[in-house]
Order: sequence, then C-alpha cells, then structure tokens
Amino acid sequence: MATYDFVFDALGLRGWCGEASTDTDAPMSMDELLAQSGGGGGGAAPAVSLWELPFPSMDALNDACAAFPQSRELTQGLERGFLNAKDAMSFVLDPLTQPLSWALESALYGILTTPWWIVIPILMAITWFVSRSWGLLAFVTLSIAGLAFIDHYDYAMQTLAIIFVCAFICVLIGVPIGIAMSRSDSFQNGAIPVLDMLQTLPPFVYLIPLIFLFSVTEPKLYGIAIILYAIVPVIRLTNLGIRMVDPHVMEAAEAFGMTRRQKLYGVQIPLALPNIMAGVNQTIMMSLAMVVIASLVSAPGLGVLVLRGIRNLELGVGLVAGLGIVILAVILDRVTKASLARINAQQKS
Amino acid sequence: MKQTRDDKRTTVEIRHLYKIFGDDPKGALAHVEAGMSKTEILKEHNHVVGLNDINVEVKDGDITVMMGLSGSGKSTLIRHLNRLIEPTAGEVVVDGDDIMAYGDEALRRLRREKMSMVFQNFALFPHRTVLENAALALAVRGVKRADYEDEARRWLDRVGLGGNADQYPSALSGGMQQRVGLARALTSNAPIMLMDEAFSALDPLIRTDMQDLLLELQAELSKTVVFISHDLDEALKLADHLVILKDGYVVQQDEPQAILMNPGDDYIIDFISDINRARVLRVRSVMRATAQPQPNVAGQVHPEDTLEKVIAISGGETGLRYAVTDDEGRQVGILEMQDLVRALVPTGASESGMRTRASA
Ligand SMILES: Nc1ncnc2c1ncn2[C@@H]1O[C@H](COP(=O)(O)OP(=O)(O)OP(=O)(O)O)[C@@H](O)[C@H]1O
Ligand SMILES: [Mg+2]
Repeated sequence: MATYDFVFDALGLRGWCGEASTDTDAPMSMDELLAQSGGGGGGAAPAVSLWELPFPSMDALNDACAAFPQSRELTQGLERGFLNAKDAMSFVLDPLTQPLSWALESALYGILTTPWWIVIPILMAITWFVSRSWGLLAFVTLSIAGLAFIDHYDYAMQTLAIIFVCAFICVLIGVPIGIAMSRSDSFQNGAIPVLDMLQTLPPFVYLIPLIFLFSVTEPKLYGIAIILYAIVPVIRLTNLGIRMVDPHVMEAAEAFGMTRRQKLYGVQIPLALPNIMAGVNQTIMMSLAMVVIASLVSAPGLGVLVLRGIRNLELGVGLVAGLGIVILAVILDRVTKASLARINAQQKS
Repeated sequence: MKQTRDDKRTTVEIRHLYKIFGDDPKGALAHVEAGMSKTEILKEHNHVVGLNDINVEVKDGDITVMMGLSGSGKSTLIRHLNRLIEPTAGEVVVDGDDIMAYGDEALRRLRREKMSMVFQNFALFPHRTVLENAALALAVRGVKRADYEDEARRWLDRVGLGGNADQYPSALSGGMQQRVGLARALTSNAPIMLMDEAFSALDPLIRTDMQDLLLELQAELSKTVVFISHDLDEALKLADHLVILKDGYVVQQDEPQAILMNPGDDYIIDFISDINRARVLRVRSVMRATAQPQPNVAGQVHPEDTLEKVIAISGGETGLRYAVTDDEGRQVGILEMQDLVRALVPTGASESGMRTRASA
C-alpha cells in the first residue's frame, strides 16, 4: 500500500494501473533504494502521518500505481527524443554550420602561421583605425607584447581569433534579426522570451545538446555555443536603437518620400549606430567569457591553460592565463568603447 | 485689380474629411455624422474625434492658415494632405487627383515632387550636415551630391545660412535650425508647402523674423502654403485665407479681415477680442467703397494700409475723411475717421456699426 492509492481507487483507474500495485517490474526510485538500504524494506504499509505526507510527485504516484511514469522516465524520454531527432537535426545542421568550422579553422590557422611581426602591427592598425587614440594604441601594443614576452602569444591569438570570428557572425546575424524585431511587434514579442532564455541559461548548459549533435573535435561545436550565448545583446540593442530613433525625424523622412530602404540605411541604422555599437561591445565581452568555458569542448586558447590549472592544480599556469584573459578583456572593451565614443561624438558635433 | 479668391485655381481640396481615433473608427463615424459632440463620443464610445467633416479649398499661391487651440485637430488635418495619417472618411484632392486612391509609388512621388513640409520641432537629421539636410528632397530622388550641392547652397544662402553649410544641426540655434527646415522644404522645389506650427517653438523676435522671411519668399515664389498656427497674430499676419478649427470642425473660414469684421459666432468673438485691431485691420475693411469724389478729404490713403498707420497720419483727429486710392491713383473708396474709430472697438460691443461691410 502506498499513500496515494486512494486517488487511483477513487478515479476507478485501478484496472489501468495493473493488479500488483506494489514493487513490480518498475525500476526502483531513489527513495525505495534508500529505504531498502536502510534495512526497513518490507511489504507492510507504513502508516504515514500527515506530517510526513509526501508531495504527490511522479515517484510517489508511481508507488501507488505502477502504470504511472516515474520522473526518471521524463529525463530518459527527453534523452531518447533528442537522440531520435539527432540524426535528422545533424543532417540539416551539419552542412549549414560547416562554414563556421571552416571560418574558425582558417582564422586559427591564419593567425598562428602569420609571423608575429605582421600580426601585431595589424592589430595596432585596427586599434588606431577605430579609436584614433595614441594612448590606447600604446596600451594595446604593450599588453600584447607583454603577453608574447611571457610566451602566451599563441594562446592569446587563438582566443582573439575565435572571438573575432564569432563576434563577426553575431553582428552578421544579429543586426538583421534586430531590425526585423524593430519592424514587427509580434515578432518582437515572440523573440524576447527566446532571447531571455538564451541570456539566462547557464553557459555550461549550451554545451549539452551541442555535444550530442556535433563531434567534440569540430570547431563549430564551440563556435555555435559562443554565438548563441553572445548574440543576444547585439540583437536587443539593434532593436532598441531603431525603436528609439526620434519619431519626428522618421516622420520627416516619410514626408519627404523616402522609401523603406532609404529610411533604414539613411536614417534608422545611422541613428541607431551608437546603440548597435554598445551591443557589439557586449557581444564581444560575452564571447570572451564563453570562449574560456568552451575550452571544455576543445576550444583552443587561454581557456585551455585555465582548465589545465584547475585539472592539474597548476596554480601558476592558471593564474597567469587568467591574467591574460583579463588583459584581453580590457583591450577589447577599451577599443570597442573608444570607437563607440567616436561615433557618439560624430553625431553630436 | 487684385485677383479675387474665386479666380484662383484650387490646388488642394479637402472634402468631407473625418478622422476618428479609436478601435472602431468606422463605427464611431456613424455617431459623429448623427451629430454627437466630441465630448459625448469620448465619454460614451471612447473614441477621439480628430476631424469632423472638414471642407477646405486651398487656393494656388495663397497662404492658407489653419488655426485653433491645442487639440483642435490642426496637426491631424495637415498630415492628411500628404497622407501621413489616413482618414476615416473623406477625400483630399490635389490638382484634381484624389490622393486617397494613390498607391505607394504615386504617394511617394507626391511627397517628393509636389509637397514639402516644415515641422514644429524642426525634425532635421542629426547625423547629416546642414547642406545634406537642406538637400534631402533631392538626395531622396537620387540626385548625386555634386549635382545637388549648388541648389542646396543657393537656398541656404537665401535663408541666411550660407556660412553654416558644413555644420551639424546640433551646432545651430533653434531659429537657425528652422531656417534649415525651411531651406529643406524650398530645395525640394515642390509647389505646395505644408508648415505645421513651423515658428511656434521660436522666441518671439526670431519668430517675427521668420514670418517676414516667409512673406518675402512668398512674394517671390508664390507657393501654395498651408500654415498651421495657434497664434492669432501670426495667423492674421500671414493668412490670405484663414480657417478656424475647434474640436475638429471648422468654425469659420474666410479672408482674415472678413473674419475680424464679421465673426461667425461667440467662440470667434472671444478668440479675436484680445488682438490689437488697429494693427491688423486694413483701410479696405472699414472704408465705404465708392468712386465718387467727396469734398473735404484730408488726404489719400492706400486700401492695404493698416488703421494704425492712418491714425498716425491723422494725428488722432477723428473728424477727418480720407480718399482711398489704389496703386494706379484711382479712388476706390472713402474712409471716415469715425468709422475707423468705431471699428477699433471689439465686435461684441458695437454690433450695428460694425456689420456694415463696405467692400463689395
Ligand atoms: N494617434 C492618436 N491617437 C488618439 N488620439 C489622437 C491621436 N493623434 C491625435 N489625437 C487627438 O486628436 C485631437 C487633435 O490632435 P492634434 O494633434 O491634431 O491637435 P493640434 O491642434 O495639432 O494640437 P496642438 O496645438 O497641441 O499641436 C486631440 O484631441 C488629440 O488628443
Ligand atoms: Mg499640433
């Protein structure tokens, strides 16, 4: 006898449950295992006081009726469903995401085979181009030189390459999605819960379904994880930026007969640019956070060293790599913020 | 001889235009047509009556001023002329075409080529220079910078901003920004100009400057201007034809002088009671029209002279009589100073003396 027998009796479902209601072939639940190991096992129905009344959970109901599913069947069912769909999904997703693997592979290959005396000046040129600030240029140069000096150049460049590729793809996909959201309220209402979920899901959880779908050796595995995690801010801020464009200015654009295209490229995007750039800044920072976690699934770079530090208790290795990540974070943040400030100043003056 | 209103071509005609804001405008329309008031409709049906059976003819080359208090539907009305707002019912006919029948392409062409607009809050593009802003209409049509630059500079010069072409709008004062707004409308070369409280956001002195500039440009260009205002002095100064709105319907529309001399109802009387009549009334409105020479005339005045000017000429003497002569020196009427003084008293106080309108 179990606590909730009366439910099934009252509903007349006893027949559906099967006669032998106690401990038949159903796998034992955790409670039962504990009860058995505790030595109290036996058929005698325990007289349950109200104080100890178990919640009518799936397992408790299964006690009363063997046909009722246990909660472990939920997780198993989910797994089975996913595995069944897996082949079909990989069949579609694999070729679709293959370019991501190629992009990541060639970026990693390119940045490591190009000699440092070419890569570093290129990075300096990019810094100068977007920020026009001597101070920042000096800071970036010294930081990278410092990392190279302590023999972390390769790791840092791998991390940078992955971030560049992923952030670029985030912008490429995120800005159009943000524009579409700004144009349709119903699309926005549908997309916001998805974005909320992507943003609140713990970063590790992204990896779980991806590991099943793709092989761990493929770069796209971590590429997708990073992009899913980091794309949210650029979408949100593009949408927000376009919606915040002064309605009077939009009305003037309309009154002078601008087409939708002219309004988008001539007014909305330029005026939303500060917001879009703020989104890009956040996207880059989130890519950096994720690229470290993604080293669990074979993403190269500084994250690998951090992981080694944890696994092998190599304190020094872990700390230095961590410091390297901080330096990269500061560089990326300062450079994107400087370009943002420049755009802002341009629009104000 | 001055062209009368009937001789002029009708450029824009608004016919039985209704606009109702709410969930079921068509449903509420029936109540409006049945004569329910704006407040009743709002209270009982929760719809806002924006416009209620508007009929206005906008004549070619005129400045038509639509005025009314806040919430009377002025902005709503002017936005129907280029269909920034869709009506609930009614027609807007521009040069013979019902623009409600226009598709996207035809509507865009109307906005690009026939109508330009000036906004109360300027609505300049903050990310473009003054020159690029002024040239907006041309750029929208696909004209390259090299080709529009001269035209845009010409109009910027004309509104007095020749030196600011390469600045951004945020570097300019409000008055200068609205000059850019004006240049933007002029550069489009559209024959019709819509101005929604274009000068309301400006300081009084700058506003007067802008009004003078508009009149000056108008004398030169003879555009068809629809001007929205909530300021009676401004309306009287600019208007060839004045339309007074209240709660979404037209209370009275006529030539401004005629409205001053013959206000249609108490609302208008209230409205005009505070203005300086000597400054806005003109000789032609109070003179007795006659070609017959009269004895004892103290001098000659022009029909378009303001009463203020005549008072200055007369030195305050009320017994005098002036001959009113037009540009060619022909006598068109006789002005008795007594009539003039009587006309200065607000309408409500002098019913009989005022209503005798001399100009035929
Ligand atoms: N989008 C809208 N939705 C609901 N009601 C509106 C809307 N636009 C205007 N109205 C209402 O229509 C009426 C006319 O508004 P409108 O803006 O045309 O007035 P206005 O004469 O331009 O006033 P103001 O001098 O304040 O600019 C007002 O009662 C206003 O509340
Ligand atoms: Mg308004």
